[in-house]
Amino acid sequence: MTQPRRSFQVGTGLFILLGFAALAYLATQTTSVANHTQGDSYALKAKFSNIGQLKQRAPVKLAGVRIGSVQSIMLDQQSLSAVVTIGIDKQYQEIPDDSAAAIFTSGLLGDQYVGIQPGGSPVMFKDGDEVILTQSSMQLEDLIGKFLVSGDSSKAPPKADADGPGTAPPAKP
Amino acid sequence: MNNARRPSMIGDALAQVGAAGLFLFAILAAIPKSLRHFRETLRQIWFVGAMSLVIIMTCGLFVGMVLSLQLYYTLAKFGGTAALGTVVALSLFRELGPVVTALLFAGRAGTSMTAEIGLMRATDQLSAMEMMAVDPLSYVVAPRFIAGIVAMPLLACIFNALGILGAHLVGVSWLGLDNGTFWGNMTANVDVWTDLVNGVWKSTAFGAVIALIATFQGYTTPPTSEGVAYATTRTVVSSSIVVLALDFVMTAFLM
Repeated sequence: MTQPRRSFQVGTGLFILLGFAALAYLATQTTSVANHTQGDSYALKAKFSNIGQLKQRAPVKLAGVRIGSVQSIMLDQQSLSAVVTIGIDKQYQEIPDDSAAAIFTSGLLGDQYVGIQPGGSPVMFKDGDEVILTQSSMQLEDLIGKFLVSGDSSKAPPKADADGPGTAPPAKP
Repeated sequence: MNNARRPSMIGDALAQVGAAGLFLFAILAAIPKSLRHFRETLRQIWFVGAMSLVIIMTCGLFVGMVLSLQLYYTLAKFGGTAALGTVVALSLFRELGPVVTALLFAGRAGTSMTAEIGLMRATDQLSAMEMMAVDPLSYVVAPRFIAGIVAMPLLACIFNALGILGAHLVGVSWLGLDNGTFWGNMTANVDVWTDLVNGVWKSTAFGAVIALIATFQGYTTPPTSEGVAYATTRTVVSSSIVVLALDFVMTAFLM
């Protein structure tokens, strides 16, 4: 009598374990938890005039390799620019202190990330340093605006031909 | 004739909802006593949960595979196939996982609960328990109710996991999407709390609703073989309707 009773108890236990294993697998492998930096990190600050759609926990990449993540985004009241604190993994110590930080977009419509372009200084970044050279995110609207303006001049003759400069003025009623 | 019947049908439906609500309170009141029958609860979790694994895992795999195939076709029109992992994971976690699991659960476990309790009612086993001073609510109904609440979210998680594997199989191995793009986009855009855990809450609520409807229909069935047959059918029909309606309400308020 005890044998079948025990077997369904073991089976129930296995089922519950399997369910929680599936939940743990989903939580750690398919969600943003997988992107959390594991080890210690040191913080760098960078000022941008426009961060676009950059969010907290966005990746920080050097040469395309993920080396850290955005820890916080604040507004500097004096200069009215965005101050982005980025955490770099402790294992990446050798980043020259004249490196530049720029905000890029992965793909045309993808998420935004901070890209580090290494410099040549012999002095390396330390915890709390500020990245002086920064480049704001490219705004698609600005680019389109610039393109429309430059389309009227003779700078881009083939495009201006294709678009037809005459069509631009009637397009804004 | 028709005019005279209509109000009574609405009245019947309202009375059913009211009786189910009272039944829910009776179950909740019986739960503390049913904790003594812990073995019985375990046996029910085994029966409604572990025995449903085959259908849940197979369906999860195929739903994930077909989702991957269809969304790849759609996304290719926008040149956005890189987002396949994200779209599959979001639609599975937030919507398809809980809902399809609930519908399968209603068909696989809800019907058997109704038929079992209904036959107990038809063969007077429930009356016999009352004669022996065993409360059928705490010995028969409450363990099944708890088992539904415990098993549904676990089944939904397993469904989701198999769905992701199926999507990966089709998207990466067959359609040739890049492995890193698939996982990278998914992990960048799927949040553990707003997406995954909300889906788990939804499936818990579905489990409670299905178990309530199934046990209620079985407990109040007319004690005939025809009555049990109707009760089983009603379990599937009303569980499916209530799950889909509740899904909309919970999605609108929770997410």
